[in-house]
Amino acid sequence: MRQELTLRGNQALLTRANPLSKFAAVVFMTVVLALSIDWVSASVALACELLLFPLAGLTLTLLWQRGWPLILAAAVGGWSTSILAPDSGRILLDVGIWSMSEGSLELGMGFMLRGLAIALPAVLLMSCTDPTDLADALAQKARLSHRFVLGTLAAMRLVGLMAEEWQTIGMARRARGVGSRGTPLQRVKATLGQSFGLLVQAIRRASRLAVTMEARGFGGGDRTWARESTYSRLDVWVLAGGSLMAMAAVGAAVFAGTWSFVGG
Amino acid sequence: MPAASDGGASSPTRPAAVTARGWGWRHAGRSRPAVHALDLDIRPGERVLLLGPSGAGKSTLLHALAGVLGDVNDDGEAGDSDESGSLLIDGGAPRERRGRAGLMQQDPETQVVLSRLGDDVAFGAENLAVPRDAIWARVHEALDDVGLSHLPLDHPTSALSGGQKQRLALAGILAMRPGLILLDEPTANLDPAGVLEVRDAVGRCLDKTGATLVVVEHRVSVWKDLVDRIVVLQPGSASDPAVLLDGPPDRVLAEARDMLAAAGVWVPGFVPATRNRASDGSGDLLLAAEELAVSRERPRRRRFKSIPPVPVQHGISAQVRAGQALTITGPNGAGKSTFALTLAGLLAPVGGSVSATVDLSQGAGIDPYTWKADQLIARIGTVFQEPEHQFVTGNVLDELMFGPRHLGRGEERVDELLERLRLTELVDANPYTLSGGEKRRLSVATVLAAHPQVLVLDEPTFGQDANTWAELASFLSELLDDGTAVVSVTHDVEFSAALGGTELRLGTTEAVAS
Amino acid sequence: MSTAAIKKTGNTWRIVDIVVAALIAIAGGVIFWAWSQGAAAVSPPINAVYPPLTGLIAGGWMIPAVLGMLIIRKPGAALFCETVAAMGELIMGSPYGASVLFSGLVQGLGAEIVFAIFVYKKFNLPVALLAGAAAGLFCGLNDSFAPWGWNIAYAAGDKLAYIVFTAISGAIIAGALSWIATRGLARTGVLSSFASRKAAAEPVFS
Repeated sequence: MRQELTLRGNQALLTRANPLSKFAAVVFMTVVLALSIDWVSASVALACELLLFPLAGLTLTLLWQRGWPLILAAAVGGWSTSILAPDSGRILLDVGIWSMSEGSLELGMGFMLRGLAIALPAVLLMSCTDPTDLADALAQKARLSHRFVLGTLAAMRLVGLMAEEWQTIGMARRARGVGSRGTPLQRVKATLGQSFGLLVQAIRRASRLAVTMEARGFGGGDRTWARESTYSRLDVWVLAGGSLMAMAAVGAAVFAGTWSFVGG
Repeated sequence: MPAASDGGASSPTRPAAVTARGWGWRHAGRSRPAVHALDLDIRPGERVLLLGPSGAGKSTLLHALAGVLGDVNDDGEAGDSDESGSLLIDGGAPRERRGRAGLMQQDPETQVVLSRLGDDVAFGAENLAVPRDAIWARVHEALDDVGLSHLPLDHPTSALSGGQKQRLALAGILAMRPGLILLDEPTANLDPAGVLEVRDAVGRCLDKTGATLVVVEHRVSVWKDLVDRIVVLQPGSASDPAVLLDGPPDRVLAEARDMLAAAGVWVPGFVPATRNRASDGSGDLLLAAEELAVSRERPRRRRFKSIPPVPVQHGISAQVRAGQALTITGPNGAGKSTFALTLAGLLAPVGGSVSATVDLSQGAGIDPYTWKADQLIARIGTVFQEPEHQFVTGNVLDELMFGPRHLGRGEERVDELLERLRLTELVDANPYTLSGGEKRRLSVATVLAAHPQVLVLDEPTFGQDANTWAELASFLSELLDDGTAVVSVTHDVEFSAALGGTELRLGTTEAVAS
Repeated sequence: MSTAAIKKTGNTWRIVDIVVAALIAIAGGVIFWAWSQGAAAVSPPINAVYPPLTGLIAGGWMIPAVLGMLIIRKPGAALFCETVAAMGELIMGSPYGASVLFSGLVQGLGAEIVFAIFVYKKFNLPVALLAGAAAGLFCGLNDSFAPWGWNIAYAAGDKLAYIVFTAISGAIIAGALSWIATRGLARTGVLSSFASRKAAAEPVFS
């Protein structure tokens, strides 16, 4: 899990852009893509995103490792939409409460592609953005409270530890006779107990960490920053690229006549 | 910000003075004050070791000096925290002297704030609004002082050892240029090599900066030669002053040696008396490891094939016999705990085998890892390094009853264990609220309540005071005489000696391979 | 000098409040992520039966909002925890993309409103259940009517069913579980520096 939370070794171009501009581009794309459910805009966006992956240092193997739950979730979303959306056109399937028509199937397909097109930019963003740099940008450029931003960043470091501790607690509890094997109910109970044990340790650690931070003068008035968060020409390109991709997706859908506004 | 004015990289440290006059502190929700009527003067540049039994308020004093006490979440009701008298650094309240004192606590994981080495050192200086250029100069100097300058500034702090983490914390403190360095059991969680590493780094930095030092630590020998004064605190009350003894190390140790030892302090050269073994045990083989390779990682699945993890240690063979002690030693990272947990049936072997003899398995199969949880606890009991990881109920009695109830057994041993490990008074207490020594005794008792024939302990004496240490060693020697096999992972030479038996020394993987 | 040195903090956030809240939140985010993976395993069969039933497992996403507030007891805790938790899920790789941040904000707001109605003075079981239900309600509304919602294309009846399920799930999984966990935590003593340190001794209903 630690490896997933840090980016050491990634030298790709987009790692050098300011996290805020990358973030703005992703949010803009998300909102634009969310406005329509159609397969054309989603496919165009998806294709552009896949082309950008090398710039973020992502390979197809890495994408597959991180991305398969996203694909599964998108497929599930597409399925539920196609059987639950109001029917139009020829009925393809009608069993009890399930019904799928040509119209709802097209909607479901569009929905699935849109889901992926919305999920991937976030994967792209996070695989080329170090949490420390994001925090620097949020506190220095977006002017969020540094107490909250750095407090959160410090807590984030503890989460990696918690992942290791989770495994240890699991073994420690097995040594007390609490099995993680058994009926589903027993397993849920065991998991809840283990989570509680972890929560106690986590709060204890977080309280001590807070003392450490305060003892280093954190939380007082003004502070300086050892590293300045800066914008560069690359950030202009990131913003322009995000806007262009969104516009290309919308343009293609309007041109193909598939654009369908969610509100309408 | 006063600190900003002397922000240059070369500005000298001005050692701080501490004055306490009738100072007392009561934590929120407690009836008794943690510190009461403390009168103490520490001159600039003095190096003080604080001793005293647990509950004497040593940590409370350090926290107060660090300016982190008192920011309490009070709602004006009864039971809020309460301060009396005065405690001053250079004549001012510690809270208004941010940056004058730097505090290091016990748990290395919580002494690191950020995930990159350089950022972490810079953190304190940033908070004191030191100008950017001066910060990096301070960072390099501080890393050099603690001996971490060979690592790149973006080195991940999670990859550091415990001793390195504490040295990093020291660097973060030094970058603030404090006049007072406060160490709250800084080496209690470290192995012997880490202890010396940190102690030596502190010594070097003090020699260089001349800062005042206050250190709390119950292993006196570590700090004795570095300090020039020992102050012994006691739980203060209306009639007794909080400072019991005060003076040069040799004089205080000579005067109060017996009293300190009785309070559980590790006085130099003192090994608490423990019970001697009465028999050598039957020696029947219970459990054997053959050519064992171990790892905490699970096999990964790739394209429907299972890829075994890289073992941290391999080729280990060992035998566990009834009534005999086996101690596992070796440097950090040698896979001692991993091996013990694999032997105890909690981790799957990566290679080789762990096999239980019929005497131990009694029909449950050869490989302990395949046993069900209740089969396991009745045969092999494992006591983890952190007692809290093993607490599963809300009070001490339920905690002890848990194993026997689970097994549908009688609870006759529970009373005996309560008595023997001095837990009778605590039966209604929540396990998490016990003291360190009590938690350790409880965790041993809970595992034994299920009557295992093999007991595996991971660093059982870590951070324990001399009293708990002696109690534990004596109790384990009794168990051994009764025929239980005791396997312990330990850095503690005196503890291995007290238990006797065989030692299995694990080297680093490289050493084993060559 | 006497008790004057003790700073009464009232409703302002101390460092320990921030770090503990953030930890609960990010841990929640990682749990979300695991929950999403688990949901990926559970939801196809549920979806095959009747997709709005997935609303019944939605409560897991709202635990940080309620738990964070029950422990920290400061204005904004529910909103902060849920938003940071969504950020955590985003970092781990969320199937909802950046829209997870909106969802987090909206769910946190739902719980926050309930605590605000009780002027941050009541943290008993009914309030926890209500807060969880409100977070669930807002989650259901967001999923059904916001442009990025996953159920935006459902027929109206199915949307209603989904929203009812998320509210129930929020009340039970996020509300009740968080309340029980807070009492348990208070007994262990780890909450000693928070106003919630007395949670275990507080009456259940008043």
